[in-house]
Amino acid sequence: MKQVEVLIIGAGPAGLSAADILLEAGASVAIVDRSDRVGGQLTKQTHMFFGSQAHYASKRGIDILTILFDKIKHHPNLHMFTNTTVAGLYPDKVVACVQESRYFTLQAKAIIVATGASEKSLPFENNDLPGVYAAGAVQTLMNVYGVKPGDKVLMVGSGNIGLIVTYQLMQAGVIVPMLVEAAETISGYLVHASKIKRLGVDLRMRTSVKRALGTKHVEGAQIWQLDEQWQGIPGTEETIPVDTICLAVGLSPLTELLQQIGAEVTYINELGGHVPRLNDRFETTVDGVFACGDVAGIEEASSAMIAGTIAGLEAALKRGYKIENVAERRASLHASLATLRSGPHAAKIRKGHEKLGVKS
Amino acid sequence: MRIHQHPILSFDKRKTLNFTYNGQTLEGFEGDTIASALHAQGIKMLSESIHLKRPRGFYCAIGNCASCNMVVNGEPNVRTCITPLEEGMEVRLQEGKGHIR
Ligand SMILES: Cc1cc2nc3c(=O)[nH]c(=O)nc-3n(C[C@H](O)[C@H](O)[C@H](O)COP(=O)(O)OP(=O)(O)OC[C@H]3O[C@@H](n4cnc5c(N)ncnc54)[C@H](O)[C@@H]3O)c2cc1C
Ligand code: FES
Repeated sequence: MKQVEVLIIGAGPAGLSAADILLEAGASVAIVDRSDRVGGQLTKQTHMFFGSQAHYASKRGIDILTILFDKIKHHPNLHMFTNTTVAGLYPDKVVACVQESRYFTLQAKAIIVATGASEKSLPFENNDLPGVYAAGAVQTLMNVYGVKPGDKVLMVGSGNIGLIVTYQLMQAGVIVPMLVEAAETISGYLVHASKIKRLGVDLRMRTSVKRALGTKHVEGAQIWQLDEQWQGIPGTEETIPVDTICLAVGLSPLTELLQQIGAEVTYINELGGHVPRLNDRFETTVDGVFACGDVAGIEEASSAMIAGTIAGLEAALKRGYKIENVAERRASLHASLATLRSGPHAAKIRKGHEKLGVKS
Repeated sequence: MRIHQHPILSFDKRKTLNFTYNGQTLEGFEGDTIASALHAQGIKMLSESIHLKRPRGFYCAIGNCASCNMVVNGEPNVRTCITPLEEGMEVRLQEGKGHIR
């Protein structure tokens, strides 16, 4: 079995940032990612980032990715395993990997889990028909592979992802006649909402999908209005002629591997689902296993990068490496994270952390 | 279904790859996954649900949900949304849970 020093699962912004500081400290790092492209969610983000100036605001996600990866990609102590899925994680830090049809195991001294999140679905009749796609999947298809998901799309969900993907669909020449949202108000940033509204998208609040129409693939969507309890109101149905229904209804952390290795997780609705219990060094309840980024609670790439740096720094210290001005660096990283989580849009994250019993 | 004009991205001409889907020859491009190449040709149904045989397309496109599992070069349960397309690949719709050769 091949031995590696620090193994990072996931090459998104969190995993890449952790690798950077570990390599700088002198550690040897292996990164495993199931995609053949490095970057996680960043690979498809063609929009300018929101967030703080110090953390790449107004740069495009795809460009941030290039900056992050260019810094480390030629480092002699970095071993990349792309197109490789981690299928199992065992208490003696044995990691089972599948690369195409090849199976192999690695053993690590420390592990950083940065697996990100998966998109949620929504219960309605025929929600399994081809043409009902998650928003991130639509974004991947368009922005990574240059393929349109369909010709006419109904967007479901008005968080930033729903709003941004609506705009990106229109950039790709796809028609988005309508966006429906179950809540009373837009949940993402108003600047994004105004932009698509100006372009003619009908934004319907308190509205959801009742069923998808079609037998082989989506041929339309039946929507209806919702009452105060978010129940559909019979008699308010409307049929919208679309060939795609795009669901932007939230993400949930991919904690399965952490659960498998025995790390304690708790269900926190505000953070997207089951999240690991972490100490202030971002270590889970399993010694030497760290977690950072969306897998520890759904947030943003900006916070994922800082959290990744913290996890990497702590893993390096644990492995006995020296980091210059460590106290200052640690304090400034935690301060940046706190700043990112201080705005009104981070209220949910703060509440989630409060429930989990940690400082935001 | 390919995007030809885009204000930010450019999709340069890439090498054409030939593959088959249920015996029919199709074209995709280098850099495609199997699922993106099929979708570009308007093929949205990638699998069938195991019990009710309902049509399924991709859902997550990041290798997480198994909704895109197909038989590739005889091997079942290949997640076509993250598997790069290769010249000469034989792609088929999968029956049930798939049969190992
Ligand atoms: C449409 C959209 C717009 C966004 N806009 C912004 C924005 O403007 N600003 C901002 O700050 N944030 C934004 N975000 C959020 C941001 O992209 C995420 O918070 C961030 O990417 C999380 O980083 P991560 O490294 O934790 O996870 P990810 O980026 O999700 O990376 C996780 C990686 O782990 C890999 N992986 C998972 N499981 C396994 C396994 N078992 N084996 C091997 N590899 C595995 C995956 O392939 C993936 O590459 C946006 C997100 C979306 C979807
Ligand atoms: S679409 Fe989810 S695994 Fe391929």
